Amino acid sequence: MTDLQLPPRQRDVLGTSPTRPDAPAKVSGAFAFSSDLTADGAVWGATLRSPHPHARIVALDVSGALAIDGVRAVITAADVPGRNAYGLIESDQPVFADGIVRFVGEPVAAVAAADPTTCQRALDAIVVTYDVLPPLLDPEAAIDPGTASIHPHGNVVRHQRIVTGDPSVVGDVVVEGEYEIGMQDQAFLGLEAALAIPDPDGSGVELHVATQWLHEDRQQIAACLGLPEASVRLVLGGVGGAFGGREDISLQVHACLLALRVGRPVRMHYSRTESFLGHVHRHPARIWMRHHADRHGTLVNIEARFVFDGGAYASTSSAVLINAVTHTQGPYRCPNAVVDGYAVRTNHLPCGAMRGFGVVQACFAHESQMDRLAAACGIDPLDIRRRNAMVTGDVLITGQPVTSVAPVLRCIDETEALPLPTQPVGGDDHPFGRPGGAGLTSDAGNIVRGIGYAVSIKNLMYSEGFDDFSTARCTVDDGQVALKYATAEVGQGFVTIAEQIARSILGLDEVSSETIDTTVGSAGSTSASRQTWMSGGAVEGACRAVRDRLLSDIASERGVEPGRLEVHDCDVVDVVDGWRQPVREAVRGRSFSEEFIHRHRPTVRLNDLGQGECHTAFAFAAHRAVVDVDVDLGLVKVVQIATAQDIGRALNPMSVIGQIEGGVAQGLGLAVMEEIVQVDGVIRNPSFTDYLLPTIADMPPVEIAMIEEYEPESPLGAKGVGEPPTISSTPAIVAAIRDAISQAYPMARPLTRVPVRPHDIVDAISNSR
Amino acid sequence: MISPQTVDDALDALSDTPVHRLLAGGTDEMVKLNHGAQLRQFETVISLSRIPELSMWTLDTAGRQITIGAAVSWSQLTEAPFVEHVPVLAQAARTVGSPQIRNAGTIGGNVATASPAGDGLCALVALDAMATVRSTRGTRRVRVAELTTGPKRTNLEPDELIVSLDVPLTHGFQGYTKVGVRNAMVISLAGVALVVDDDRQSVSFALGSVGPTILRSPAAETVAANVLFGGTHLGDAMSQLAAAIRKTARPIDDHRSTAAYRRHAVGVLATRLIERALISRGASQ
Repeated sequence: MTDLQLPPRQRDVLGTSPTRPDAPAKVSGAFAFSSDLTADGAVWGATLRSPHPHARIVALDVSGALAIDGVRAVITAADVPGRNAYGLIESDQPVFADGIVRFVGEPVAAVAAADPTTCQRALDAIVVTYDVLPPLLDPEAAIDPGTASIHPHGNVVRHQRIVTGDPSVVGDVVVEGEYEIGMQDQAFLGLEAALAIPDPDGSGVELHVATQWLHEDRQQIAACLGLPEASVRLVLGGVGGAFGGREDISLQVHACLLALRVGRPVRMHYSRTESFLGHVHRHPARIWMRHHADRHGTLVNIEARFVFDGGAYASTSSAVLINAVTHTQGPYRCPNAVVDGYAVRTNHLPCGAMRGFGVVQACFAHESQMDRLAAACGIDPLDIRRRNAMVTGDVLITGQPVTSVAPVLRCIDETEALPLPTQPVGGDDHPFGRPGGAGLTSDAGNIVRGIGYAVSIKNLMYSEGFDDFSTARCTVDDGQVALKYATAEVGQGFVTIAEQIARSILGLDEVSSETIDTTVGSAGSTSASRQTWMSGGAVEGACRAVRDRLLSDIASERGVEPGRLEVHDCDVVDVVDGWRQPVREAVRGRSFSEEFIHRHRPTVRLNDLGQGECHTAFAFAAHRAVVDVDVDLGLVKVVQIATAQDIGRALNPMSVIGQIEGGVAQGLGLAVMEEIVQVDGVIRNPSFTDYLLPTIADMPPVEIAMIEEYEPESPLGAKGVGEPPTISSTPAIVAAIRDAISQAYPMARPLTRVPVRPHDIVDAISNSR
Repeated sequence: MISPQTVDDALDALSDTPVHRLLAGGTDEMVKLNHGAQLRQFETVISLSRIPELSMWTLDTAGRQITIGAAVSWSQLTEAPFVEHVPVLAQAARTVGSPQIRNAGTIGGNVATASPAGDGLCALVALDAMATVRSTRGTRRVRVAELTTGPKRTNLEPDELIVSLDVPLTHGFQGYTKVGVRNAMVISLAGVALVVDDDRQSVSFALGSVGPTILRSPAAETVAANVLFGGTHLGDAMSQLAAAIRKTARPIDDHRSTAAYRRHAVGVLATRLIERALISRGASQ
């Protein structure tokens, strides 16, 4: 080889935005989502659910269902061969209600039949006699030790205090507020669906399912089935979004039980309404905070109390609570704090993981407080945030030093510097761009424009001593690279990133990913903004190991020290004598396979005073919202969101933009429209008719500044980017709405609840007209 | 399922199949079915989508009216020249659903569904539209306002079919406006339709989502007529108008909003429509 020709630049490496391998199929409609999967001889499964939030099952008669032609099986709690309980942290949720139902929608029985219509007839034919019990619906009552327990594990899922410094310190300026966050749904578009295929001899089962974590599902499923884990194999079905709502078991166990019972493949699909009942939601919360500052606005003490309604079962409530209370201070220094947090059980829908995981709720409260504090101190809202902004090395109220890169000031400054919208108040004369949109509701003269800011801190990866790891294998065979991992691709684009990593490290172009299933070690959950860091780290480690073996082989063949050889772009290069050879040629006839497990540094569980290095790493973001508000009708049009986000390094800029825009849409939804409404324990809006998601008519342009400060602790220098956009966008929008209202009605009461409903705005100004 | 090609065939089918379900655009029926409503045993679905005469509208210039086939889609009502003829109905049609829903959903279905939140229904009531209802027993003409008797209730007999809707052509401002929590594809929390007839110097207000049916507000209509034709100063009449509208409203609390908000909102919407009417006449005072 000579050096006369420049080596070809490699395509689709880290830092570029290659076309996703799943993109053509998704755009053309050919992509197989888990609901598209079928198998020869498959029958259908369906679930009977409780109509009551709290009731005793007095009698359960399935004979009518079994008598229907085409019905293959009816199963109940009595048919669960293993443990009739599952859960991500504690196994407290039954596969089928055993004597007691604790929320509207709790599974009571399941049927298998030839087709969905017969399934429905079978469900209708099951007779359940309930003795209705009074539901526990008030989270404060759930804290009261005098309240009867609705579950053997008790009503308080977790209580955590944080006490640091001198919590008796009183500031020159003191502001307090009580905040409420409504129940948000993940609203992933690909509904829950699975295909369970029993082994011919009935000794095991293969489940194709849309999930966030195959191995955790397998562990819980196997325990319920009473089978060894090796007899339960999981394959990722095409996933249409997750956002935390697929972390918990939904139909997995039911489908496997039915398949093993009838000896045929079983398909199960949820409808949208069933989906609202069948997965966990974002915790509704009440948060009280009192902030103390000196006269210049420097924080000196924070007092806070959190009450999270976890609904009927524990799910991840305790971890969500810990995230909330440990993020009380936001991205600000504060030497003293006393925080009390409760996650409780009620007869509401169960709550668990959703994008932002407890920090969404905390951030709405602390950012609302920072605005109050700014007003009380007579300081600009951005200046008070700059004055208190934390930097790397600052110590949190848990005693944990922030070792991550912490460009909080840059987030604030660069957000402020992004251009403001150019369109005039009320839009460019197009009425659909105004509050009310197509309803032709607002005329330009009815509209006031407001601007608001919010800043956030979010932990990345799992916390509190959890053994958090990801596994990947890299195989190079005659120039072809195959990656194997169990990382759930839920739409976030991990497959694309994994292949970019392999190309960058190996200098080879031909990279593919194998089936995502449980035939390789766990990748952990696709959640907590962790997969690029964790599974990305595993893929990187496996690829590095393969590369090192290749270089070592070449070095010994050439009789040089292995340290002299490196991969530059597509070439193996001897950095001493300049010899080079395309990797594609160097690997010809060779074969390597290496597996790598990536772990982040260990964390600890908080002690009774809430002290301990419980988190791994942190990411930061700031948001500015510009809104047009029709104050008299309480309608809001978000005109623009600007955000500067601490991302470490943009491994795939298009994916970063996608995460930011999507996260903002979800934050906007929580700010002004998305809420599951329950009355007396009954969900009232379990459909997209009444659970409103933002549409393109509601979504504003998003101005983005990516702050790329290489994160040394991250294998690739990148931080997770999925959650921060959802966290501070919500309080920024509400701050902007408050700003608009106060221009029209200076004496209006500040908004303290999300989503902000039209009547909240009208009520806030009702006494100040 | 049967798909008659003519209205007469459809009427025969209605009369011959006592247990049936009418299907036009399906934008309400399919939602019901997806939410667990079961087809009854021996229930026949009668499709109305292959009957050309139901899917067109005709202009009678001499009679100063438009006859709209019951299966005319929302999209058809948002296209020129219909928009110029009956702006209030075009504006209401444009607020319905998404483009896909507007391509499928029909004005006749909106009347038959009889939701108090029906956007098209609200406009039709403000227009004093007449429905032509047929069965094999005969034909009757009935005011749309009298066809609907309660939330999701009509006085249609099981063998009757809404064939068309007659809407008068008037000179004067028309407008529909509604409140929803998002900027498109949303069920109204409150809606108001205004039709001003400059020739007869009359005004009609119809209120949606604030009662068991679409409500008219004669008191507000009198106030508005005085403003538009009697020289009453808008500033003086504004609060009177809003009060009259709110007095007419009989809203409820539900999961979508509160009665108090809906009552407040219809008052605001009505005053805005009158302001728009004044601006459109170049007579803003």
